[in-house]
Amino acid sequence: MKGVRFSGVLTFFVLLFLYVPIAVLVFNSFNASRFGSLWGGFSLKWYSALFHDRNVWVSLTNTVVVALVSTLCSVIIGSIAGFCLYRYKGRVQRLHYGLVSLPLIFPDILMGMSLLLFFIAIGVRLSLLTIILGHITFSISYVAVTIMARLQNFDFSVVEAAQDLGASRFTILTKIYLPLLGPGLAAGAMLALTLSLDDFVITFFTAGPGSSTLPLQIYSMIKFGKPPMINALSTLFLAATFLVALGYQRISSGSKTAG
Amino acid sequence: MRTLTPRRIQETLFTAPSFLWLLVLFLVPTLMVVSMSFRTADPYGGIGDSFSLEGFKDIFSPSFPGILFRTVNLSFQTTLWCLALGLPVAYFIARAEKKHQAHLMLLIIIPFWTNFLIRVYAWKIILHPEGMLKDMLVALRLVSEDTSLLYNQGAVLLVLVYTYLPFAVLPLYAAIEKFDFTLIEASRDLGAGPLRSFFRVFLPGISQGIVSAVMVVFIPALGSYVIPDMVGGTDGEMLGNKIAQRVFVDRNLPRGSALSTLLVLAVVLPVIGGLVVKKIRSNGRAFADVPSIGEHGL
Repeated sequence: MKGVRFSGVLTFFVLLFLYVPIAVLVFNSFNASRFGSLWGGFSLKWYSALFHDRNVWVSLTNTVVVALVSTLCSVIIGSIAGFCLYRYKGRVQRLHYGLVSLPLIFPDILMGMSLLLFFIAIGVRLSLLTIILGHITFSISYVAVTIMARLQNFDFSVVEAAQDLGASRFTILTKIYLPLLGPGLAAGAMLALTLSLDDFVITFFTAGPGSSTLPLQIYSMIKFGKPPMINALSTLFLAATFLVALGYQRISSGSKTAG
Repeated sequence: MRTLTPRRIQETLFTAPSFLWLLVLFLVPTLMVVSMSFRTADPYGGIGDSFSLEGFKDIFSPSFPGILFRTVNLSFQTTLWCLALGLPVAYFIARAEKKHQAHLMLLIIIPFWTNFLIRVYAWKIILHPEGMLKDMLVALRLVSEDTSLLYNQGAVLLVLVYTYLPFAVLPLYAAIEKFDFTLIEASRDLGAGPLRSFFRVFLPGISQGIVSAVMVVFIPALGSYVIPDMVGGTDGEMLGNKIAQRVFVDRNLPRGSALSTLLVLAVVLPVIGGLVVKKIRSNGRAFADVPSIGEHGL
């Protein structure tokens, strides 16, 4: 079919368009020359400069703390929300659904701005805590819709059967819900984790002095010099996320064959 | 009649955490943005107590219509490009063999595992005045030595499309994958030309995906801040840059809020519009009970 051939060629060019910038970064991270346009020979000096930058380590620790805490909280709140939106219908749930889905299309800057005003108004000092609160707020919605999508294929008669057979609530939770919804929970957690690691704008608005995260650090590197170090940092960042995603892929495909 | 059945108690318990969280940390702060724009600024970068329209000064300044137009225009063009590129890509993936589909989608998503700032920075290197692309284009005599690829609206548009394209591909793919292609054959058998069956059968059939794609590209693009900040220069400033400037440079929160209120309206009005259209449509459908394909021509 002609349509398929044309779209195939275009898909190829789109993939090229998507990958070239990343390839340029990885390539340049090993470039001894300070400027991207010249090849100054292979070098690992930007990596070593990166490892000796104390600010990078501090913001890395902050990033990990923020990502882990906000992922944990948003997975708990978000999956309860997803379950609830799927299970119950009615006016309250329609309102609930509106509240959950609106943040998905809200521009980051608006969310950052509104959280900043809110924290100022109630007199909370900006710190890592305010960043975490912000991250939980935008992650809840993503976790909730992921869980809702997974529940489409969930057979609730299994739960009813268990109830009829006298299973306790705790047994139903640990023996039915958690194993069957495990992949969905993992997908939601992955999404929350990557969103948190990636966020700059909302963090920028809700961060206080001394609570820099890696994206904030990258921003200041881009704005105030040290560009080649960013190449090295982004290559490592890419490698790390790639490994995590690959691991996740393994787990989810493993569970598919098991189930 | 409301009675407290166990089911109702359970529903309340399950609804409460997310509902209250988003109420307090999402809805209330958003309403606060609107209300703060009617307040005075205090000299210490906080918010004063009295009522004022001072915050809306920016909206009535002579340079504002230009920025507003640029913001809407760039977001609109980004959406068009994302649809124009996203549709064929989504079509190709949806028509590929089942076992390849997941891998192709993964290929689209992988670049977005790098940090957002890093992706924007990569474009900054590529478009750099001493970069490879510029050298190449000059050598091919496509651009002159003194044109700048960076710090203009074109650069902003390019990076916006780069950033939002995968978000457009996802819903388009989901819609095309569900589309029943025998309908195209049927329309061709009934004498429709390829263009006619594309516009009258295919596009209406995947309209849900198109609407989602427009929503997830256009609205976030309106609030762009980092992209115009890094590759736009003064010529590429958008509404988001003005908001950040009022908050972080001028430390004038009411003026930042007034500008943000415009964004709130830009988000909320299309959503309400969409709900109204849906309501009218579903009412119409209840009367006519027509199949959904081909009835979206309004």
